[in-house]
Amino acid sequence: MSFETAGYQLAPVLPEIVLAVGAMALLMLGAYRGQGTTGAITSLAVVLLVVVGVLEYMLPAGKHVTFGGSFIVDDFARFMKILALIGSAVTLILSTEFLSDPSRRIFEYAILVLLSTLGMMVLISAGDLISLYLGLELMSLALYVVAASNRDNAKSTEAGLKYFVLGALSSGMLLYGASLIYGFTGTVSFTGIAAVATVSNVGLLFGLVFLLVGLCFKVSAVPFHMWTPDVYEGAPTPVTAFFASAPKVAALAVFTRVTLTAFPGIVSQWQQILVFVSIASMALGSFAAIGQTNIKRLMAYSSIGHMGFALVGLASGTVEGAQGVLMYIVIYVAMTLGSFSIILAMRRNGQAVEQISDFAGLSRTNPLLAFMFAMLLFSLAGIPPLAGFFAKWYVFVAAIKANLFTLAVIGVLTSVVGAYYYLAIVKTMYFDEPAGQVDPVRGEVKTVLAVAGLFNILFALFAGPVVSVASAAAKSLF
Amino acid sequence: MTTWPILSVTTFLPLVGALIVYLSRGDDEAARRNSRWIALWTTLITFAVSVILVMRFDPANPDFQFVEKANWLATGITYHMGVDGISLPLVILTTAVMPFCIIASWKAITNRVREYMMAFLILETLMIGTFSALDLVLFYLFFEGGLIPMFLIIGVWGGPRRVYASFKFFLYTLLGSVLMLLAIMALYWNGGTTDIPTLMHTAVPRSLQTWAWLAFFASFAVKMPMWPVHTWLPDAHVEAPTAGSVVLAAILLKMGGYGFLRFSLPMFPLASHDFAPLIFTLSAIAIIYTSLVALMQEDMKKLIAYSSVAHMGFVTMGIFAGTMQGVAGGMFQMISHGIVSGALFLCVGVVYDRLHTREIAAYGGLVNRMPLYAMTFMVFTMANVGLPGTSGFVGEFMTLLGTFKVSIPTAFFASFGVILSAAYALWLYRKVVFGALAKPSLATMKDLTLRECVILFPMIALTILFGVYPKPVLDMSAASVQQLVNNYNTAVTAVKAAALLH
Repeated sequence: MSFETAGYQLAPVLPEIVLAVGAMALLMLGAYRGQGTTGAITSLAVVLLVVVGVLEYMLPAGKHVTFGGSFIVDDFARFMKILALIGSAVTLILSTEFLSDPSRRIFEYAILVLLSTLGMMVLISAGDLISLYLGLELMSLALYVVAASNRDNAKSTEAGLKYFVLGALSSGMLLYGASLIYGFTGTVSFTGIAAVATVSNVGLLFGLVFLLVGLCFKVSAVPFHMWTPDVYEGAPTPVTAFFASAPKVAALAVFTRVTLTAFPGIVSQWQQILVFVSIASMALGSFAAIGQTNIKRLMAYSSIGHMGFALVGLASGTVEGAQGVLMYIVIYVAMTLGSFSIILAMRRNGQAVEQISDFAGLSRTNPLLAFMFAMLLFSLAGIPPLAGFFAKWYVFVAAIKANLFTLAVIGVLTSVVGAYYYLAIVKTMYFDEPAGQVDPVRGEVKTVLAVAGLFNILFALFAGPVVSVASAAAKSLF
Repeated sequence: MTTWPILSVTTFLPLVGALIVYLSRGDDEAARRNSRWIALWTTLITFAVSVILVMRFDPANPDFQFVEKANWLATGITYHMGVDGISLPLVILTTAVMPFCIIASWKAITNRVREYMMAFLILETLMIGTFSALDLVLFYLFFEGGLIPMFLIIGVWGGPRRVYASFKFFLYTLLGSVLMLLAIMALYWNGGTTDIPTLMHTAVPRSLQTWAWLAFFASFAVKMPMWPVHTWLPDAHVEAPTAGSVVLAAILLKMGGYGFLRFSLPMFPLASHDFAPLIFTLSAIAIIYTSLVALMQEDMKKLIAYSSVAHMGFVTMGIFAGTMQGVAGGMFQMISHGIVSGALFLCVGVVYDRLHTREIAAYGGLVNRMPLYAMTFMVFTMANVGLPGTSGFVGEFMTLLGTFKVSIPTAFFASFGVILSAAYALWLYRKVVFGALAKPSLATMKDLTLRECVILFPMIALTILFGVYPKPVLDMSAASVQQLVNNYNTAVTAVKAAALLH
């Protein structure tokens, strides 16, 4: 590949360019027209995300590398980007209600989500440590502000600040790790690192550990998960839905790409880290969630656990493992968006309710909502024939092939513990006496719920095509 | 001949019925009646279709029939259905018991009827699917999926301690099954597929056999249930509504035995042979210990639940004897127990509906007010005891016979179960039915209604028919059982011969 012809093409970056320009244009529109345009800007942002997704889909097949190797578009990137775009678009749709309140008409919200998504796309396509860091920071900085977007609320502000301080710390660690890796390998590009890092040396290992710490923070894996429950609980619910979906996709994507393409020579070194991290995440995610009374906090612990499960796939360090991660994240995003649309639908007398006890008897007051949530919860617990089972199947089948038996056994056992707290919510909805009527559900929330719920229930019917796409995407990494 | 996918139709018809029940909106009395009738007709039609299965089934062919195969997930995981002589009787048992369950819930269930019927219909699909799936992933899908409706049935329509019972049921079973899931994955990498017929002919290394056997055992032993992992069963039985208990006893427990027959023996013959003494010990303990526990019960359902554990002990013992008589006897005992224990729970349901208590002490002298009931209850009590002439005898006798050839001590201890079962069953019957009608609450008890007769009389007929003439059931499964036993013995002998050579 010669420097002139392939090095600096702009075509593979077209979706990102469109997104960046579009976000700027919307920003100008908002800045000149004022907060009255919030609704219009949010809708336009959704349209923009859809357009970018279509563009991404229509990029010529195969692997494109540009900017001297800093930016890679392959099947894997395409898969993850489209997923992240879906996550962002859906959470923007779910935010409509939140933004319609006169005190919260902030058009910047949609712009920040767009910019954050742009960061995710760069992150997913990152081919070296520089673009990785740029993408990560663009994504995170926008997220910090979004977390605090309900600025009159002390909890929301606290969530934003907490997220910022801890996020900055993790970015620092990641940067430190990157600099060590650069120092010991002499290059920042993933392929270059892979060529050098065939034998482990202590300095490189230090760099790797710090890099992984930074990434673990972003996917909220134990022991770098502390921010998650507080931020999830404090941030406005649509924002929490956003945090739980798109950024997780991007962080997990870059996690996968870095470990598999930059350090394939020292798998055994990072494998033990990942095994520990995933066991710790699965265990904490299931045990700590048992005592929760707030549904958003519970979802935080649940997402910690789920990231642990996804990392099980990555820990195997194989094509099957990467495929497992892809399957897991697709299904996870669907389950998460479905669950959060239900949490958003739970309103009484115009007020959002977030306690698990508020779900009592929902199966009588709103049977359909309760049924959908029950199915989502069973799916999160990994019970077949729901989607969540297939997610677990693909990560554990990879772990078994890689002979990670201890990890697999501990993993499935924690999933039984996890089943307990999901069941406890089903119990509240189905076995307990009603706690009162629920307000009618808004149309957009209903739509999201219907799509995510049906995806979740009927996944077994169309699992085949999803598996083949994920398999092709996983192969493109190797 | 079979141009239409008859097995898939049987499997998914109840699901269609559930969908129709869902679409019939409303919560008034008319809507409730509608959903009852829709559910009943669905189960009856499903049964009719499954009768076609029996008529077209070739009992001389030991292999899978009515095979359907379609692409599903890539790489060796397919939608593969089929039945042989081992699964078909269980499929028929399922489709036959379900209409009775629906009728039994006709009056007893008054709240959330629509959801109740839907749960039962979905459960039926999952149960039939479990018995006819020929792909491990598909099997697991049906096997585990059944937990969801059963959890709701116990939890929503159950007794006072339903929450505890439903959680225990769910988590206990899940815990066993997830280990099996890992073994399924290991088999997948060993054979490159999860296709059951292919895996039956795939050599599994000795060490993997051991581990996979243990993992499958963890799941099926809980489901069966075997001592000492049976403790979820009495709770689930006591708290479940009558029809829930019937399904649990008649069909769900059979999944464990079916699993041993379908997976453990054919796929891991060596491990099965190695672990047979363990199974024998656990079975013998189960038979004696749970029979003794049953003697001490004060709740009718709990007593029958413990007796179920004892009877399942005969099944596991027979299956792992690995002899023709043992396996065929285990098979027969499952069918027989399906009918008898289901009927016993229905009998308890009859008096429970009238008096709303299951305490043995609350009854006595029912024969004076309910002669028909006394007669019915007696037939099933006798079948439970294993009296010759009832279907209970055939299964117990054959399993003991089959085990005697392999392990005399096991057969010796297990035969105590026959005596003990007579002790607790007759004790229960005496306490409830005989004696003077002294309690004022019983003075107005009415005898069996027409609806109850419709449920119970066919079961009496089957119990006695299979007791006198067990040939239809035995013939249906004979060829498949013969093949299973032959393959098992060939594998075990080959290893023994190899060991002698060294």
